[in-house]
Amino acid sequence: MLSVKGLKATVDDKEILKGLDLEVGAGEVHAIMGPNGSGKSTLAHVLSGREGYTVTAGSVTFEGRDLLELDPEERACLGLFLAFQYPVELPGVNNTYFLKAALNAKRRYHGEEELDAVSFLRLMKEKLKVLHLDDSLLKRPVNVGFSGGEKKRNEIFQMALLEPKLAILDETDSGLDIDALRVVADGVNSLRSPERSMLVVTHYQRLLDYIEPDYVHVLARGRIIRSGGKELALELEQKGYGWILDEAAA
Amino acid sequence: MSATPQDLPGQPVAEQRSGASRKAAETEAEYGHLVKSEYEHGFVTEIESDTLPPGLDESVIATISRRKGEPQWMLDWRLAAYAKWLEMPTPQWAAVHYAPIDFQAISYFSAPKKKELKSLDEVDPVLLETYEKLGIPIEEQKALAGVAVDAVFDSVSVATTFREKLAEAGVIFCSISEAVQEYPELVQKYIGSVVPPTDNFYAGLNSAVFTDGTFVYVPKHTRCPMELSTYFRINEAKTGQFERTLIVADEGSYVSYLEGCTAPQRDENQLHAAVVELIAMDNAEIKYSTVQNWYPGDEEGRGGIYNFVTKRGDCRGANSKISWTQVETGSAITWKYPSCILRGDHSVGEFYSVAVTKGRQQADTGTKMIHLGKHTRSTIVSKGISAQHGIQSYRGLVRIAGKAEGARNHTQCDSLLIGDKCAANTFPYIEVKNPTAKMEHEATTSKISDDQLFYCRSRGLSEEDAVSMIVNGFCKEVFNELPMEFAVEAQKLLSISLEGAVG
Ligand SMILES: Nc1ncnc2c1ncn2[C@@H]1O[C@H](COP(=O)(O)OP(=O)(O)OP(=O)(O)O)[C@@H](O)[C@H]1O
Ligand SMILES: [Mg+2]
Repeated sequence: MLSVKGLKATVDDKEILKGLDLEVGAGEVHAIMGPNGSGKSTLAHVLSGREGYTVTAGSVTFEGRDLLELDPEERACLGLFLAFQYPVELPGVNNTYFLKAALNAKRRYHGEEELDAVSFLRLMKEKLKVLHLDDSLLKRPVNVGFSGGEKKRNEIFQMALLEPKLAILDETDSGLDIDALRVVADGVNSLRSPERSMLVVTHYQRLLDYIEPDYVHVLARGRIIRSGGKELALELEQKGYGWILDEAAA
Repeated sequence: MSATPQDLPGQPVAEQRSGASRKAAETEAEYGHLVKSEYEHGFVTEIESDTLPPGLDESVIATISRRKGEPQWMLDWRLAAYAKWLEMPTPQWAAVHYAPIDFQAISYFSAPKKKELKSLDEVDPVLLETYEKLGIPIEEQKALAGVAVDAVFDSVSVATTFREKLAEAGVIFCSISEAVQEYPELVQKYIGSVVPPTDNFYAGLNSAVFTDGTFVYVPKHTRCPMELSTYFRINEAKTGQFERTLIVADEGSYVSYLEGCTAPQRDENQLHAAVVELIAMDNAEIKYSTVQNWYPGDEEGRGGIYNFVTKRGDCRGANSKISWTQVETGSAITWKYPSCILRGDHSVGEFYSVAVTKGRQQADTGTKMIHLGKHTRSTIVSKGISAQHGIQSYRGLVRIAGKAEGARNHTQCDSLLIGDKCAANTFPYIEVKNPTAKMEHEATTSKISDDQLFYCRSRGLSEEDAVSMIVNGFCKEVFNELPMEFAVEAQKLLSISLEGAVG
């Protein structure tokens, strides 16, 4: 599904990703862990096409297509989704309206008929139920005045609605209370399917108790320096990153 | 701000108007053969043509008045206005730049004449593209662009039902010319009572030569059964160069009036100087909404409309209310300040505005709220959007008179900049002569952030859709004030007018 090979990327002439390799198969859940500033969000942004990053080497293919030559909106329409570490506020833009526009943009891209207001509301209700969310956030402007946890839940809700093929969750667990963590994790789990892959960026093993990953990777200094099964996360929880960094440096 | 009068392509016109008398003398020399003879015959001579030759003097005004079949008092009023106008200087303080207008080069009776083009091929393709996007039928496109139409597209039957319904309610809704003939006592009582001819240069000019416009009178305790819109006034569907609109809401009545249309309108007349007067008596309410999309000119601003408008509402009665809501995206130059005089105790004035300037457009707009009565309240919400080389100034005056016990004002003035070559200025003027006044003023300037754009795009929205969504969000408070249908159109209009404005 996603194949990243030797990816190098710079921001303001500073190299952040320094030859990163990653293979994600259909239906797989990969966790990415790593110290602050190691390049996790950068990877997420480069994959989703944010401007301001320069790819200096390597390749990224998504379902056989060269992802790097596409605009962010085209990547989104093809099934890529990024749940932001810091969701952005859009004052005055109604959340429901925003979601409908996003969904219809995607449908248009695929030559499908756009959903009218009625069918969209029906779909939205369905998704709310699955995620055990209430609809109070949907009447408000996108992310404006949402609490940290509400913002994250809203991201998951968008994901549920847009039904991506590859979802990148950038620290969706940070700032969540225990109950919210559950809601988010349940949501993510309910979206797991053989066709849907996920890249879950997190600092905490705790999330992985709820969302069981198939693989765990450690991203440090711009590279994946270790990959393993879910037991790697447990090991990291106990020992920190020092030992892997040392081994990698050795 | 990079624009100077020189690099602003306007009509190639003569030198600065440096004194009316000199100009008049020149005119006599130039057009003497036409004008002279009329002088000799006093004010009765008519020129045997549909269009008066360019130039302005008393005989031209007399001819206009005669053609319109006006009573003597109306002519006297016009002539008095003209005499005062000759002594007035052109306003210099608005923060806009344009080549001086030669008032003797304008023909004052052909308005609103549109130059007939032979086919749509002769029309600016950008304009046609916009019509397409707005979904305007081809015949209507032709009419708007000033192309000769074979079929008349207005629907007489709709307009007729409309008139019948209004008549039942006792509401008068007709052209100002018709009103002068049919309801002279009403017109005479109210015209110029809010915007006197001496008010300002353009109001003076308008008073002397106005030929089009609307008259509305809503009788006591009557709620006008529908939104009034010039669109239905089929006999005067075109917009004139010097329009005069007068709306009177008698005690306890209500009326909502819609002006303008979202389709960009072309007009051979570059200068537009309208006057709008609103009068609300005790417990009456007038809601005046404008969506204006004058042709802004091509990329360099050539051919765009100069829009100098005086709009003022008089809350004459106690508990009366006047709201101005406007969405402006057109014109090369806009200069207007819809205002409210809060004369009646407990009267309310509101101003909600969205103005867009892009390309080489310049806008100097704002409002004046004059609190005279006790416990009067006013609200100002101004949203300015500038893109490309657009220049926008908001100028707001709030004056609380000494007797305006307990007056309140809330002003919110937000600017949104798209790109870094545009500019927004804010000039708030506040004069408070009564210590019990409560004033609130908020102003913000923001930019559409890269974060916001990326967030939207990562959800599958194109950059343009993202911008229009964010801009519409920014304008929401104003759109909420518009009648439903108008709001939808206004949103669409805004999106279209900002296409290609990013990047
Ligand atoms: N615009 C920028 N200019 C300069 N440096 C940048 C820029 N954006 C990111 N960086 C740097 O790139 C590095 C990686 O940042 P990134 O946000 O990808 O880290 P992260 O792994 O997501 O960290 P965290 O766990 O704290 O979220 C950091 O050192 C950061 O300061
Ligand atoms: Mg991060």
